[in-house]
Amino acid sequence: MDLVQLQRQLVDYKTSLYNEGFLDEQFTQLQELQDENNPDFVVEVVSLFFEDSERLLNELTKALEQQSVDFKRVDAHVHQLKGSSSSIGAQRVQKVCIAFRNYCEEQNIEGCVKCLQQVRHEYSLVKTKLESMFQLQQQILSAGGSIPM
Amino acid sequence: MTMEENMGGSNGDRFPVGMRVLAVDDDPICLKVLENLLRKCQYEVITTNQAIKALKMLRENKNRYDMVISDVNMPDMDGFKLLELVGLEMDLPVIMLSAHSDTKLVMKGITHGACDYLLKPVRIEELKNIWQHVVRRKKPDSKDQITTPNQDKAWGGTGEVGQTSAYSSDQKGNKKRKDQSEDEEEEGEDNGHENEDPSNQKKPRVVWSVDLHRKFVAAVNHLGLDKAVPKKILDLMNVEGITRENVASHLQKYRLYLRRLSSVATRQANMVAALGSKDPSYLRMGSLDGFGDFCTLPGPGRLSSASLSSYQSGGMFGRLNSSAALSLHGISSGVIQPGHSQTLKGSINDLGKIQPAVLPANQNQNGTLFPWIPTSTEINPLLQTKSINCYGENNHVNEPNVFGVTASFSDATVTVGSSSNSLSTASGNPLLLQASTQQLQHAGAFGNQPSLDVASLNQESINMSIRGSSNCIDHGRGSENWQGTVQSSNFPSNEAFGNEKLPKNNLQESVYWTNSQPDHTANKQWGDWRHNHDGNLNNSLCWVNSVSATGSMMDQTNAVSSKTIDVSLFGQLSGDSPFVVQHPKGEKSSFDTELRSSEDFPFERSKPLDSFSQNNYESLEDIMCSMIKLEQNNETVWMDGGFGCDAAYPLGSCI
Repeated sequence: MDLVQLQRQLVDYKTSLYNEGFLDEQFTQLQELQDENNPDFVVEVVSLFFEDSERLLNELTKALEQQSVDFKRVDAHVHQLKGSSSSIGAQRVQKVCIAFRNYCEEQNIEGCVKCLQQVRHEYSLVKTKLESMFQLQQQILSAGGSIPM
Repeated sequence: MTMEENMGGSNGDRFPVGMRVLAVDDDPICLKVLENLLRKCQYEVITTNQAIKALKMLRENKNRYDMVISDVNMPDMDGFKLLELVGLEMDLPVIMLSAHSDTKLVMKGITHGACDYLLKPVRIEELKNIWQHVVRRKKPDSKDQITTPNQDKAWGGTGEVGQTSAYSSDQKGNKKRKDQSEDEEEEGEDNGHENEDPSNQKKPRVVWSVDLHRKFVAAVNHLGLDKAVPKKILDLMNVEGITRENVASHLQKYRLYLRRLSSVATRQANMVAALGSKDPSYLRMGSLDGFGDFCTLPGPGRLSSASLSSYQSGGMFGRLNSSAALSLHGISSGVIQPGHSQTLKGSINDLGKIQPAVLPANQNQNGTLFPWIPTSTEINPLLQTKSINCYGENNHVNEPNVFGVTASFSDATVTVGSSSNSLSTASGNPLLLQASTQQLQHAGAFGNQPSLDVASLNQESINMSIRGSSNCIDHGRGSENWQGTVQSSNFPSNEAFGNEKLPKNNLQESVYWTNSQPDHTANKQWGDWRHNHDGNLNNSLCWVNSVSATGSMMDQTNAVSSKTIDVSLFGQLSGDSPFVVQHPKGEKSSFDTELRSSEDFPFERSKPLDSFSQNNYESLEDIMCSMIKLEQNNETVWMDGGFGCDAAYPLGSCI
């Protein structure tokens, strides 16, 4: 695929991500923060997000598996996940977190478990999509082109 | 821009470019994003993901940073706690961050003294303006000075000693930074500088820091109260930057305070003891008391306000933003959240000690101002006794506010907050006092930002300066808040107070004020106070809140004197623990510094009231006159605007 096509593909892909709610303006802001002084900023932040989210999801799973669930702890994890997902613009993940927190407040275990599943799902979705996007970007860069914003 | 000139240090002339921010967040993603956003705004950023580490870094060098941005939910320490501590110890503006937009949390942030509360994800537009909080914390004067080159120069020049940047020094030096080991010379110089400014510019207030006051007291004692004349005192003190006039006005206040103390000495003996050591407030109170006694004072309200103001700023609150908040809390609705109690405890305890001292002061003042000043009984046993005593004597000033402050500190007593709005009235005072105790607790923490919810307490009138305290440190803030609050307090009970002096103390005016006149802005209150000597406590009493400084001190309130005194008082009071007495805006600055450094007020504090008994008070009239004059001169903190009530405010309105 030639450079122009790649670039077009990237743009389309990104647009679809926004349209489908996977990403929001916060992600755009992140991209704007990237510059020559900070060329890999977005990738770095997103990678951090992946790591941290996985850790949080594991913690959440563990917490909800307990005999007596510590909702405060669950809430704290969800809160953090909410914060980080919102910071990078992972909108759908963030939305599920909001619902998740409500269940925590109500101390509804079933609701929490359901939400956890949802969060996991959304998270893996957005992860896949972002990784594809980065791959595309990498391809473009390797081909000598620049990333269309 | 002149303002920028003041910013020295890393900012140089390009403020807000280069503003140094410390970012704290346990979430690595948010932290990284925040860091980059801030860098994009051209700030200098240091990050840490641990609150404890952040505190350590801040403590190592307060001047290294201009502002702190912190997340609310952190595993190692609650964000609010960090907020409180930073406000108390460093008086830096703190912005809270959270993914939660829960109203209660936001309120908590405010009461703990946060400058702002941002929601995650943070947008760059929001960060672009955060530098305003840094600027705001500078003394109000400085802002006024922006346009006047001389002032700016003064600002820039002053406080340089030991400061890394003019900007920070200005900011801190004049504000409540005094608790730091800055020597009084610095303050003196600051003050001096300010005082030397051309008269066509706003005269900076002389901030009677704890250290400065201590030197003053030492000089006076050396000369003998009878023989102490400003010129000699000035020579003995050997501090640059203060003029004979500064000393003269301070002396007047001091004398009033002593007089007041003596009058309540017996009653307060216990309290005094309780207060223990440093209680600069004593000093202050004394001065206020003196004023309080001015039956003849033209405008009782005036004194009251004065005293109140002094209390607020000088005393306890100066330091504790939170305390201020506390006091305020008590007053209106006890809004001030105890959150800071932890930090405040220490301070409060100290304050507690001071309380006794304060009360007397307050009482006197209140007496004068508010004849009805309710006995502090309501407020705290401690306070009450004091206040009552005082009040009985003074009919002039009903500065109930005095107790506010002082009371609060002692944990036990000042429930300032509790009294809830009626500060002014008997209940009011107790409130203040009561509130104060509780609040003090909080207040302590408050320091800067003091969540001085006082504002919330009072409703509209409270200027929310309380908040200031929490970051209390935000002294400046505190005072502002206080002011507001002071006014609002409706002192409906003014009448009730009758003889009780409202312990102006701690609560800083705001507390009191809140009750009374909602429409009074802090400033007004002052003015009202003054006018209201008579017992229209309602108006003036409001004042009482701030007086919190030492309660006792404030008592004097005789508006005029109180004003000036307050300034000093507060400063003095502050000597004690960190509680920052938030004095009305004007005063704050002076007080803050004083409060901060208050720790050093060994003199004041330890001296039992008895010691103050020796009254060498000048006639009240004299004091009044001087106070008034002082007011005019803006020498006192009060005048500066903190109180706004300067004469301008019609009493009638207050009432």
